[in-house]
Parts: sequence; C-alpha cells; structure tokens
Amino acid sequence: MYRETQIISDNSILASPDVEGDLVINVGPQHPATHGVLHLVITLNGETIKRVDPHLGYIHRSIEKMCESLSYRQFIYVTSRMDYLSAHINNHGCALCVEKGLQVEVPPRAQVIRVLMDELTRLASHQLWWGAMAMDVGALTPFFLAFREREMINDIMEETCGARLTMNYMVPGGVMVDIHPNFQRRVHEFISHFRNKIDEYDELVTGNVIFQNRTKDVGYISREDAISYGMSGPSARGSGVQCDIRKLYPYEVYAKLQFDEIIETAGDSFARYMVRMKEMRQSLSIVEQLIDNIPPGDFQAKTKAVLKLPKGEFYSRVETARGELGVYITSEGATTPYRIKFRSPGFSNLSALDHMARGAKIGDLVAMMGTLDLVIPDIDR
Amino acid sequence: MAFLKNYINDVIGALRSSLKGMRLTGYYALHHKREKITQQYPDNRNELVLPERFRGEVIMTHDEHNEHACTGCTACELACPNGTIKIITKFEVSPDGKKKKALDTFVYHLELCTMCNLCIEACPTNAIKMAQTFEHSVFDRNKLTKVLNKPGSKIRAGVE
Amino acid sequence: MWSLENISHSIDNWLYNTFDPTVAMLVEFLVVAFCVIGLFAMLGLVLIMMERKVSAWMQVRLGPNRVGPGGMFQTVADTLKLIVKEGMTPLNVDKFLFNLAPFIVMIVSMVVMAPLMFAKGIQIWDINIGILFITAVSSVSVIGILMAGWASNNKYSLLGAMRSGAQIVSYELSAGLSVLSIVVLTGSLRISDIVNSQSNGWWIFKGHIPAVVAFVIFIIAVTAETNRAPFDLAEAESELTAGFHTEYSGMKFALFFLAEYVNVFIVCAIGATLFLGGWMPLHIGNWTAFNHIMDYVPTFLWFFGKTFFLIFVIMWFRWTFPRLRIDQLLNLEWKYLLPISMLNLLFVTVITILKWHF
Repeated sequence: MYRETQIISDNSILASPDVEGDLVINVGPQHPATHGVLHLVITLNGETIKRVDPHLGYIHRSIEKMCESLSYRQFIYVTSRMDYLSAHINNHGCALCVEKGLQVEVPPRAQVIRVLMDELTRLASHQLWWGAMAMDVGALTPFFLAFREREMINDIMEETCGARLTMNYMVPGGVMVDIHPNFQRRVHEFISHFRNKIDEYDELVTGNVIFQNRTKDVGYISREDAISYGMSGPSARGSGVQCDIRKLYPYEVYAKLQFDEIIETAGDSFARYMVRMKEMRQSLSIVEQLIDNIPPGDFQAKTKAVLKLPKGEFYSRVETARGELGVYITSEGATTPYRIKFRSPGFSNLSALDHMARGAKIGDLVAMMGTLDLVIPDIDR
Repeated sequence: MAFLKNYINDVIGALRSSLKGMRLTGYYALHHKREKITQQYPDNRNELVLPERFRGEVIMTHDEHNEHACTGCTACELACPNGTIKIITKFEVSPDGKKKKALDTFVYHLELCTMCNLCIEACPTNAIKMAQTFEHSVFDRNKLTKVLNKPGSKIRAGVE
Repeated sequence: MWSLENISHSIDNWLYNTFDPTVAMLVEFLVVAFCVIGLFAMLGLVLIMMERKVSAWMQVRLGPNRVGPGGMFQTVADTLKLIVKEGMTPLNVDKFLFNLAPFIVMIVSMVVMAPLMFAKGIQIWDINIGILFITAVSSVSVIGILMAGWASNNKYSLLGAMRSGAQIVSYELSAGLSVLSIVVLTGSLRISDIVNSQSNGWWIFKGHIPAVVAFVIFIIAVTAETNRAPFDLAEAESELTAGFHTEYSGMKFALFFLAEYVNVFIVCAIGATLFLGGWMPLHIGNWTAFNHIMDYVPTFLWFFGKTFFLIFVIMWFRWTFPRLRIDQLLNLEWKYLLPISMLNLLFVTVITILKWHF
C-alpha cells in the first residue's frame, strides 16, 4: 500500500550531517521569516551554512490538476491563488494563453486597463515585499507604512473589480466589467501620494547604514549562475541578466510605453533590493502614462459562450512581480484543457538559494530570502 | 591617511543616515493623531460603506411584490467552477395551459463560494447579484447553506 | 513650594524622636524597601505601556486603547495573565541556577537604584564612589544572563546567552569611558557632587563638543547594554533562537521582562544625571526671570522628565533601525566606539586642565 520511493529510502541526502561536528537544523515550516510554509533543512558548521535543502509541498493544492476539470472561463479564478500578491498578472497570463488559442483580438481599451491593473498590482506586491523585507531584517516600522500605501491600491481594486486580493477580473477576451467612474480620480490621488512616500521609503530603509551593512555582499550570485538556475525577474536582474518579459516579448501595450529595464550588476542582496525599489518608480511612471489615455471602446471582445480551444499546445509568458510566469496549455479540442502547466518564477529562484547561502552566516539567510521575494504558494501551486 | 578619511566619512555617513531615519519616525510619533490609519472596526459598523461592486455573497433580488427574475435556466450552475449553486426546478402550469419549467429552490452553498463573480456574469436576466456583506461567520455550519429565493415568491411577469 | 526633601526630613526626625535609634533605622529600611519595590512596579506598568503606545504612534496606528481609559490598564491585564500562566520548569535543567537567574537580574537592578538622586535631597545612599558603584554593580547582571542561558539545557539558549554576554561586556567599556569623561569634568565620583556641579548649566551644554560626543556614545552603548534594538540579536523574534529566556514562562519570564525595562530606566537615569543635570532645572545664563520660573517646577519632575525623554529616545531607536548582526555589533564597538571614546577622554582631560569649558 505504501511504497517507499527511492528518494525517501535513500537516507544519505536527508538529515544526516556530512562531517562530524556539523549541525542540522530546521527552519520552518512555521517560521515568521519564510513568507509562507517553507521547510529549510540547513547543515551548519558553527555559524557557517554548508548546505540548504528546501523541502516543498506544504501548500500544494493540485491547482494544475484541478484546472483539468474546469472550462477555459472557469480555471482563471484558481490562478489568483497561486501567487496571490500578483493576482491580476497571473490571471492575465492565463487569459493571454486562452486568447492565443482562440485567436481572439483584445480591444485596445481592455489592453490598457489590463496593463494598468498589472502595474498597480506590481506596485502593491513590491510594497508588501519592502515591508516584509524590512521586518525580516529587524526594522518593524516600515511594514506598517508599506501597508498604508498598499491599502490605497486595494481600495482602488475593490471599487473596480470587487475584491481586494483574488480579483478574478481578467477574462479571455478582455476584462469582466468596465472600470468604475472613480477609477481615474483615485489613481491620480494615489500617484501623487505615493511619489512622496517612495522618497520616505528610501530615507527610512535604503539609506540606513545598518541596512546597507546587512545586505551588501550578502548572497552573491553571478550572472552565469543566475542564468543557469533559471532565475528571472528582479532577482536575476540584480545580477545583470536582461530578462524583463515586458521588453523582450512585449504583450498588450508594453511596446508603446516608455519605461526602463532596471539592471544592476553587483549580484548581491542590496542590488536585488535596489532593482525592486527602482522598479516601483518605473511602474509608477507607466501608470502615469496610461491613466489619462484610456481609449474608449469595448472592454471585452465578443467570444462564444462556451470556449473550445483547438487541438494543440499554447504558451504565453508574463512578467509577474517575481519573475516570468509561463502558462502552457495542451488542448485536445474539448471544453476543458487536457493539461495545464504553470512555470512559476519562485521555484527557479528558490533553487538558487542553496548556491547563494553556502559559506554565509545564519543571520544572512533571512536577508537573502527576503531579497529573493519568495511566495511559497507560487512555488507549490 | 586615506584610512583615516574613510573612517571619518563612515562615522559621519552613519550618523547622518540614522538621523534621517529618526526624523521620519519622529514625525510620525509627534503627528500620530493625524497620521494614524486605524479604523476601529466593530465600533464603526454604521459608517462603513463598501463599494457597490464588492463581492460579499450572492443574493437574489426581490422587488416589493416578492417577485424575482430567475427562470431556472441553470446558466449560473453551469458557470460556477466548484458546485456552489444547485438549482431545483419544478414544472408549473402557466395561465394559458402550457407546462413551463420554473424555479423551485435555489440552493447556494456559502461555504464553498469563492466569490469569483462568474455566476453573475452568466445570468441572462440579472436575477442574482453580489451583496456587500462580509461578516459571514456562524456557529452552525448548516446556516451556510442558503436558499436564495424567498418563500412564496414567484417569477415576475415578462422575464425570459 | 512643598518639597520631598522636607517631607523625608520630617519623617526622619519623627521616627528618631519616637523610637529607639535601631528600631527607627529598621523602620526606615522597610520604608525605603517598599518605596523601591513600589517604584519598580510603577515603572514596569508605565514603561511597558509607553513602549506600546510610542511604537504604535510611530507605526501609524493606535496602541492599546480598550482596557481602561486610553488603554491605561493594559499592563495590569498583562501582569495578571503572566501571573496565572503555568511556570514550567523543563526536565533536565539545573534547577538551582534556573530559578536563581531572574532574581539575580532583579536584585542588581534594585541595588543600582541606591546612589541615584531622584529629587533634591532624595537619595538612598550618597556613597563617595557613587558612579563607580553603579557601573560595577550593573556588570553583575551579565552573570544572571549567562546563568539563565547555561541552566536552560538548550543549545540555542546557550548560544543566545553567550552572544548577549559578549555584547554586554564589550559595550560596558565604551559606556564606562563616556561616564569617565563627565567624572573628569566634575572631579568627583559622588553623585551629589556631579549634580551640584551642574547648578550653573548642564554638562552637555557646558562641556561642549567632548560632552556631546560622550553623550552620543553613551546612548549607543547603553542601548546595547540593555539588549535593546538595534542590538537585540540575542532575543530577536524573527531570528533563529529566542535568546537566553526561551525556557522561561510565567512569573520568571515576567521578572526578566520587567528587569529589562527597569534597566532601561536606570541607564537613562544615569544619563540624565551625568549629562542633563539630574534634578537641576534648566537655567540659562543671566535670565533671572526665566530661571525663577524654572525653579518652580518640582525637582522630581525635572528628573523624571529628563529620564523619560531619554527613554523615548531609546524607544525611538528601536522602532527606526534594523537589527545589527553579531559580528557587526562587536565591530562597531571595538573599531569605532572604543577608539573614539578613548580619544574623547583624552580631549576632555586636556579641556579640564586648561579650563576651556564653560
């Protein structure tokens, strides 16, 4: 009934120390610093880390399997719960893949609304990341300040989409409902409020000498290693890899927007931190460019009531706040997909943690995990 | 000599960045009455206004004659991703003698609902909508299985 | 204005006139003991409440505001909770040391209260080596911490206690050297002499640059000595270990917790005495009218006001800065604070000899 697989019966790679005198300790799964249920088995020699083994699967909910029994309109709500901090962007990726299969053209108004929602979500995700990172390193005040700004974005989302975290606003063909009449005014208020606050963020945390000492030269990963581990998103851009999907494979209206791809070459935690701080400013400028230029028209393309993708394989990729999310649908021509696979950014980013953490101290592990910006439901799906 | 210069620069830079951070939190501490963002929740229930699109739970709109607009077409039941809605239909004899399908009970499992809005989108007659309630906790799980059509209600004339 | 000095003198005279001298002395001992314990309890309540409120204000939220008007009785509720909690002793601990450790830390805090001047004439023991006594006795609290870590029979507690011990012992050097700067300016170790020498101005103003440098170093060093953030790696909540008091629960934990806050009060009281003039009102040069008004405020209010201002500064540090790693902490002390404070001491000696201070 229960067959021990090779991995479990092979005890040598589990919790036995390699060398006499090494200590094996567990971090998590319940731990305030791991941003979710992540179980790390750390082999220590004194204070120095020799190996980090992440054990995943504590929040695996078989989302991919669930999607096999849901139709193409129904499976999108489940993906909001994968990387819940960039829920809109997840939904966007799924909607893009389905549209690719249906060969449906999204109207320009819906495209602009989608990009606006994406960038607001990216801002909200980076704000929460900033608060949580500062809290891990020890400063408890920035967490509350970050949530104050994030609440403004949540309120904007609540007014238009109806929900604050799992929005389910994008549908194949466009968006579910048109934006609320107050949307533009509230986004303008938010932009003017946040422009001042982001300078406050720099004053409080970025320029602080203690914080800089905690994160500089900690968790170095070189450009070649980042590429070979498959890292993407701000974690890879901190090591010099040019991997912004919005620039390399532009989708929606990104090709027409003016924004910079932020690359830092230092490769340590501070570089990844600075990439996200500067990305927040870029997202703010994208929102500013778009908010007054929403074209009139339809907010949803006309699609059939029951969607059927033709037989074949379809892939689409979007840039979430964590990296590249890939949605791969294999369809056999039915109303439900045959197989959906999500390429999650966190999974590849986490695999580089072992490489980064070798030789570092325990106190640095928390700083490293903070800058990788892991959301465990994204990794476990 | 360069060592000494770096040392002094380190010290002065450290002091300056620390004072900048302290100035910010000091400002918040002194102006806390203006800057605080806490809403004292159970006391402010009367002033709480949720946006009209907020997805609290699904309800069926009834007008003043206790009539609703649901024809029992089960479009919402088909659209729901996880089986939250169950429609039980019965056959009614209409005034001109024809047998028509009509709604008997609209069973809604609040404990399963993910508030994804797909049922509202699918309804052809705007019979259901989202309410702005959010305090759904109960002590008895059976209270979470709701029947949305009020007793004694029937479909409004002219709805198809 | 009525003054505490007159009250204490009249009580003293009445006791010695009514009773036998030995009995009167014993009664005075008891009265002083009750006062100190009462002060402890009051301080515990007030300081924990202040910490929670100040931290809430800095984090744009309200603090405790339900229990009592404005949340005043929150600490009473917390104390009641800690008292009724199960005080568990783990299985293989060293029982004697485990139970003794919190008491050592508390006793040290109480003994250090002896030379402090709370108001004009209110001092428990005006020993002629006042400030040396304070520095020496406060070092004994390290023993309590190491005892707690060792007796807990838990390798993480031991690790935390060792780190904490190393931190406290290192930072005592800088704190001691800053204190010495003021002693050099004053010329005496006696607390009442130090306060009286500030009757024409506080040392932080009179001793211009070296006193300001000594003050800054003192504040940083005592934040590290009392294991407060940003130097609280030994007891941090989001790091790996919970420090030397992991295994303590119930009333013993409450004693550690209380002792930490009272230690903060004591080091701020020392700072206020040395640098900000103790119970001396603020006098500015020849503005006699201003000085008269300042004299009307009772001296104990001056003392407690200055101390609570310094406590606010230390709490301000906690909620602004991230935590330092243990090696950065020791780095800061041995490579930055200690050389600067030694140079400062040299500077202050030169200034005192040449009378270049106000």
